[in-house]
Amino acid sequence: MTKRVAVIGIGMTKFDEHWEKSLRDLSTEAGILAIKDAGVDGSSINALFIGNMSAGRFIGQEHLAPLATDQAGLNPIPATRCEAACASGALAFRKAYHSILSGEHEIVVAAGAEKMTDLKGTDAIATLMGAGDQEWESSIGLTFTGLYALIARAHMHMFGTTREQLAMVSVNNHKNAVHNEKAQFPKEITVDDVIKSPVIADPLRLLDCSPITDGAAAVVLASERIARNIAKQPVWILGSGQASDTLALHDRKSLVEMAATKVASRKAYEQAHMKPEDINLAEVHDCFSINEIISIEDLGFCEKGKGGKFVEEGKITIKGEKPINTTGGLKAIGHPVGATGIRQIVDIVRQLRGECGPIQIKGADNGLALNIGGSGATSIVHILGTEPEPITS
Amino acid sequence: MVHKSSVPLHWRMQKSRYNLIGSKCVTCNTVFFPSRILCPKCRRKGKLESFQFSGKGEIISYTIIKVPPEGFEKNIPYAIAVIKLEEGTNIAGHVVGDIENIEIGKKVRAVFRKIYEDGKDGLIHYGLKWELEEGNE
Repeated sequence: MTKRVAVIGIGMTKFDEHWEKSLRDLSTEAGILAIKDAGVDGSSINALFIGNMSAGRFIGQEHLAPLATDQAGLNPIPATRCEAACASGALAFRKAYHSILSGEHEIVVAAGAEKMTDLKGTDAIATLMGAGDQEWESSIGLTFTGLYALIARAHMHMFGTTREQLAMVSVNNHKNAVHNEKAQFPKEITVDDVIKSPVIADPLRLLDCSPITDGAAAVVLASERIARNIAKQPVWILGSGQASDTLALHDRKSLVEMAATKVASRKAYEQAHMKPEDINLAEVHDCFSINEIISIEDLGFCEKGKGGKFVEEGKITIKGEKPINTTGGLKAIGHPVGATGIRQIVDIVRQLRGECGPIQIKGADNGLALNIGGSGATSIVHILGTEPEPITS
Repeated sequence: MVHKSSVPLHWRMQKSRYNLIGSKCVTCNTVFFPSRILCPKCRRKGKLESFQFSGKGEIISYTIIKVPPEGFEKNIPYAIAVIKLEEGTNIAGHVVGDIENIEIGKKVRAVFRKIYEDGKDGLIHYGLKWELEEGNE
């Protein structure tokens, strides 16, 4: 049984409003790219896991996993849909990883897809709110921006995090996205643009929020035996952690930290024999600007309460000490919820293979991806590296 | 949202929604709202009893919603707060009254209000909202 698993192929559609394509087109397109990149034949794939939050409400389609294998010509392999709200993609990746570790499979596709723009705006907002507590949050008119606005206000009140610091998160992500041809909004914005954009849920404004997006991403994972035989540049899974917290935000002990991120990242660090300071670059879940700041803290990149300062000091930029969301993040690439967790893996792999051109982090040999579901009820962390051996520091 | 019109859902939630009845674990003395049937700390060793909250609390965070979900279009802008109840647990609640003056630390009390109207001929859902107490500085 293999103890090591590598990513050997990656692919994604452009993240955008794809009015001309259906969910099945998007997932198939991403899958074809990933399998081609892996250099394997479709017949050698043993299983598929697909992350998707809410196709049932977005497009009325359930039973998505066999639809994906059907469209990709991969039947009769087992196909499993994974749902953890916005962390569905990372969950599919983690389950694909486990299925190889279990010894049952050697080559597995992990995909993520979401088609969000078929619904009108207020319906999409209500659908996303399915990730919160339907009976006690959604029922009073709370939205996801509202939940993160409650978190933002508490963080500002408690630690003095500023409106400008929140804006700087979006500014950095948009700056990085300029060089990403897959991004929905590859254009620079300013702090002023963010602060003057319309209020969605005070204190959060339009440009604090990741957009509504259609898109899919896929990766091919393989056992060490296969990876060493066929992959030119396998990228190894060094650590994987997942944790849960209360579904409702108001049930948390603290509004300003995500306990699930702390637990999930600790597990991933332990497995990888790494510490936060060893991480070369990170993909963090900036569904709203405040979440990038909180995640920076909960991943251990800085002390609790100092995330805003960390951003303001430029530490998260491409040339900073801890480059974050180097390809644009959820904010600028777009956030097709079920696809995001896989897209984060795709972008870490691109960085570790050295394929990122002007946004390449030179010398990076590892990267961390944090994918969060809901307002923090699910948190999933993966650490990837160019070398299979754990790096001890 | 189909389920908003569902009588069974609102029937089930009447007790908690209209009367602020939660639960208390008599083993560890923790209170919960909404009520639970299992204490997450004590699990099977816990014993949960029905618990009536006073309806008094304090705002620990709040937001003003300007872009609403389906069904709340007529309410904007509206204030939602996380409220720390006097007896010691938190709840998310819709704050009514002079929301221009809403602030962290201000005291609120539960009031009975209309929550949602399901179109002209649909169900009207009532429940608790939260009013800023007089004498807040």
